[in-house]
Amino acid sequence: MPPSPCALCKINRALILRPKDHSKLCKPCFISVFETEIHHTITTNALFHRGEKIAIGASGGKDSTVLASVLKTLNERYDYGLELILLSIDEGIRGYRDDSLETVKRNAEQYEMPLTILGYAELYGWTMDQVVEQVGKKGNCTYCGVFRRQALDRGAARLGVKHVVTGHNADDVAETVLMNLLRGDLPRLSRTTSIITSTPSAVSADPDSHTNIKRSKPLKYAYEKEIVLYAHHKSLDYFSTECIYSPEAFRGSARALIKNLERVRPSAILDVVRSGEDMAKLVPGSDEGCGGTCSTSIPLAEEEEGGCGSSAGRTVGSDMASMEQQLSQNENVSEAGLEVEITSKRVDVMAQRHDRLTDAVPLPPRKKGQKVKGQGAAFTPKKATKQVMGQCKRCGYLSSQDICKACVLLEGLNKSRPKNAIELGYEEQESETPKAETTNMTNGMNKVQLGPG
Amino acid sequence: MSEPKDVGDIGITVEFSGGLEMLFSNERKHKLSIPAKDSTGAPLNVGYLVTYLCENVMKDARKDLFVLDGTVRPGILVLINEADWELEGEETYEIQPGDNILFVSTLHGG
Ligand SMILES: [Zn+2]
Ligand SMILES: [Zn+2]
Repeated sequence: MPPSPCALCKINRALILRPKDHSKLCKPCFISVFETEIHHTITTNALFHRGEKIAIGASGGKDSTVLASVLKTLNERYDYGLELILLSIDEGIRGYRDDSLETVKRNAEQYEMPLTILGYAELYGWTMDQVVEQVGKKGNCTYCGVFRRQALDRGAARLGVKHVVTGHNADDVAETVLMNLLRGDLPRLSRTTSIITSTPSAVSADPDSHTNIKRSKPLKYAYEKEIVLYAHHKSLDYFSTECIYSPEAFRGSARALIKNLERVRPSAILDVVRSGEDMAKLVPGSDEGCGGTCSTSIPLAEEEEGGCGSSAGRTVGSDMASMEQQLSQNENVSEAGLEVEITSKRVDVMAQRHDRLTDAVPLPPRKKGQKVKGQGAAFTPKKATKQVMGQCKRCGYLSSQDICKACVLLEGLNKSRPKNAIELGYEEQESETPKAETTNMTNGMNKVQLGPG
Repeated sequence: MSEPKDVGDIGITVEFSGGLEMLFSNERKHKLSIPAKDSTGAPLNVGYLVTYLCENVMKDARKDLFVLDGTVRPGILVLINEADWELEGEETYEIQPGDNILFVSTLHGG
């Protein structure tokens, strides 16, 4: 194939084929267009205001590294007047975060941003290694995911920062849209598609001292492919790894579906994101669809569901598999004539199906009665939905239950914590781990390290 | 019986990043000398290179983390001399001496 010229400057050789519109761009034009689009996302959604202090949730991975780089560039170029800091969470998984935290430290120097690293040990009293020791490798991702979700908000509250930005990209959002559609979880669909959310988080141990932490996703419309290309062409320093405790199956996951869709029709990812937004507007009781008449224009943040993965909201193969199984069961039911006709009583059926679906999808433990009540509320006018989200009575964090998921998990952990583990500090415990055990663990890590995302 | 003529090897650079290097002995950069023709005598293209890498360079057994259903797994970008392989004809691109082929995974987070 003869080299094609760049569609913008018409001079340089095109190196990038943009997934969203098939335009062929040279390297400098691509970098410029990518940055300009993020700037456009920021200004049209009024994400920031002058003088605001922003914590960038930084993991050393591609998304947050690109986010930090682009925000620094834009803050200087367009004089946003932002104070940018990096906030990293250390889950306490030996051998997993070491390299990525080193990357974040280098990023802090490269971008001249102050860096704070907060550990699960400090935030929750438990490292993930200790959790795994306690609960085993199965199901520990639930803990990790729930803790991670709150960690950034808790960390920001401690630092007195009221706005956290994360590196969620268009692929992440599209995946979440698909998962929530398949589950029939429309309220969650509405919350997860929003570019800004707000989370009540306690500043201290006193639940009453809460502050609202704003969360936003400036890369929401940026393709994962372009994020990786941007990092590559700007030679950004990032680190790639997978959680050693979560060997995820790529085949059959919603992520795989997204990537396959992209290959067939690259614009599909943004189409799914936009469709998700449009559907969210139609959800009764959603903040997006309230037309500004409800009390707040910023929807509450999403409570984290189970699941680990490097990016929040990423799903695994088994999720899709169990959903598929449930769907085919539903089909059998309707073939047997047991189900009411969908067209006439659609809402009722959706609600029923939804309840059954949710039961099939592995979720962290909840109280059964309350769950059904809360989800039923999604199909009644908005006031009922708004009552669903409150604050945890123990820690002040956003929660649909009296006690948030993190506090429930912590309670379980603390109850079953062996006596000696209480007496031993984390540091001591680490040094006392026998050599042989460490070696075994490392082998295990190598085996699962490249678990697909 | 005429064997395809040995036309000698060509030198290329193959790179892996974004987490893929873990499948290739944790080495990002591989300087390779590969046959200029494939087993049928046709000039070597990227499609064949991928098979070649799987069979000769990749020591890791998890081939499906690199190749899925006969092609590079969705989510892995291929850059041929810095250009998106979609601009170069993807698998049909014929490899030239000195080419740099980069495989970068988008699937690994952080
Ligand atoms: Zn150009
Ligand atoms: Zn709580």
